[in-house]
Amino acid sequence: MILRRPDRVLIQGITGKQGTFWAERMREYGTAIMGGVNPKRGGETHLGLPVYASAKAAMKGNGFDVSVLFIPPLGVKEAALDAIEAGAKGLVVLTEHVPVQDTMYILAAAKEAGTRVLGPNTAGTVTPGECFAGFMPAFNAKIVRPGAVGVVSRSGSLGTLVCLSICQAGFGQSAFVGIGGDPVIGTTTREALEALDTFPGTRAVVIVGEIGGTMEEEAAEYAVTMKKPVVALIAGGAAPEGRKMGHAGAIVVGDKGSYASKRRALERAGVRVLATPNDVGAALAEALA
Amino acid sequence: MNFEECAAKPLLAEAGIAVPRSRLATTSEEAAAAARALGPVVVKAQVPAGKRGKAGGIRRAQTPEEAESAARGILGMAIGGHAVARVLVEEQVAIERELYAAVLNDAAARQPLVLFSTEGGMDIEEIAAARPERVRRHHVDIRSGLADEAARALVRGLDLGDHEPAVAKFLVSLYSVYRRHDAELLEVNPLALTASGPVALDCKFVMDDSAAPRHAELAARGTPETLSPLEQRGKDLALKFIELDGNVGVLANGAGLTMATMDMVRHWGGRPANFLEIGGESYTRAKPALELVLANPHVKSLVVNFCGAFARCDVMMEGVAAAWQELKPSVPIFFSIDGTGDVEAIAILKKRLGLDPFPTMALACKAAVEAAR
Repeated sequence: MILRRPDRVLIQGITGKQGTFWAERMREYGTAIMGGVNPKRGGETHLGLPVYASAKAAMKGNGFDVSVLFIPPLGVKEAALDAIEAGAKGLVVLTEHVPVQDTMYILAAAKEAGTRVLGPNTAGTVTPGECFAGFMPAFNAKIVRPGAVGVVSRSGSLGTLVCLSICQAGFGQSAFVGIGGDPVIGTTTREALEALDTFPGTRAVVIVGEIGGTMEEEAAEYAVTMKKPVVALIAGGAAPEGRKMGHAGAIVVGDKGSYASKRRALERAGVRVLATPNDVGAALAEALA
Repeated sequence: MNFEECAAKPLLAEAGIAVPRSRLATTSEEAAAAARALGPVVVKAQVPAGKRGKAGGIRRAQTPEEAESAARGILGMAIGGHAVARVLVEEQVAIERELYAAVLNDAAARQPLVLFSTEGGMDIEEIAAARPERVRRHHVDIRSGLADEAARALVRGLDLGDHEPAVAKFLVSLYSVYRRHDAELLEVNPLALTASGPVALDCKFVMDDSAAPRHAELAARGTPETLSPLEQRGKDLALKFIELDGNVGVLANGAGLTMATMDMVRHWGGRPANFLEIGGESYTRAKPALELVLANPHVKSLVVNFCGAFARCDVMMEGVAAAWQELKPSVPIFFSIDGTGDVEAIAILKKRLGLDPFPTMALACKAAVEAAR
């Protein structure tokens, strides 16, 4: 799930406004963009890249390893299945509001095919100094710099702020893995934590979590086995109970998935849980001293 | 999106699941007329809340007169914060046994989950806590669906006698309804065993909000959320706005950052006045969003926290500046701006509002909390 420079990337939905804007940013940064997909514009070129009618056609053409989807919610299932059937090793699904049953269908197909999925509703993944997939401001040196801190985040915006705090404290990131804010997603906090634990150059990991679900609690079970320091920030401690806070995943009903439950599980696993995003720098300085 | 029993049951009937004959009534006279047509009935409050029976919202009536009196008692009641505006008048069913069945999205397993229990009529949480061995679970491969054989295995050995095949068939139908209408949860509790087979006596249906655009006609029959006037205005603008009891207005991009901003306001001893995020595609609507925050008369100060990734700070700042210059509000406003488009956004802030951002969101929130005191 951590993108490397040799990974060949396809952009499904490359001809749209956002697909165009971010394909250019990714390419400038060093991501190996091989082409894009638009079912109605196969055979054209866009940004100097070949446009294919399908991911399967792209695989026969320039080929690709990972596909990034800039596709509207109700089109995601078809596009994702196209990429999985084409033999994609990984998918980055940026779209928010994908119907959950569509996501489950995609993930079942991906599991069988051995395709790794990030998202839906993720900002993507960044390997500083190498490449990125999605819409993270990787090119902003105030926010993303090569370094030794791995970040796993459910939220793009809060993950970006944590990356900023890491840089302000004089550190940088080994990799950023956005897993997405939806209730059902392809890669969990725990799976991303495991990947970051073994990713070269990573000396510490920051978990950026949120109320709702049980992913932070599950990640704590792995964190307890880690030798590297882990710090965590859980958003939503001040959220009122029983109301959905934008991310479909962020809902608190009783104690299940609550801030207190997550904090307790992480602290028991030896993870330092921070009060504010601005504490990330100081906590890392202490942990890495 | 929640659906009341009267909106959910027709979906079961369409799939061949037996439901009692019924009529909707909004007055006690209509309830009496329904009972005249149906015979002995159950009068049931229609609200999107559980525990209707315990609240006195479900009453049996043997005659039209009893139905009229039951409806008079129930109409206008408040159950779970909802005023009862209509009742479902439903024929009584001779029940041999009450069962429980549901299909829901299991987020952790990333698969549909079928739940079945012979202990119907109670909350599934209560059943699962008291007699976990009585709750059967089956995860479904969503690509192939719930197979007849799997459904039969789920109900085998539960002493259902001759009803076993019909109950298994019911589960397959229930699963088809869950799939066809993009349910997040589809629950039948109780499922009555009667001489003529299983009958769904109640139904709870929650549709996945993300799927509502492809079920426009059905979604229109869902229960609208209970919203304050400002929240309704937010919804009309397709913005997720939740009114809270504090006085520090909050505007940020992305749900995670917005929650973190609210946490930070609390951290400094303040109370957020709202949740409002303009993440995703809605980042271009900062102007109406800010207008919404400012329309809350309790707001004494405002913190704007932008950390652009997909959402571009400059685009959001344009919206904020436009709203600010148009409304000329008297409340103080405090900014923290970083990420995609931050340099341009800070220039707009300086030029149009004559302000500088704070170096961190912590300091911006602190200033807003102090100003609100």
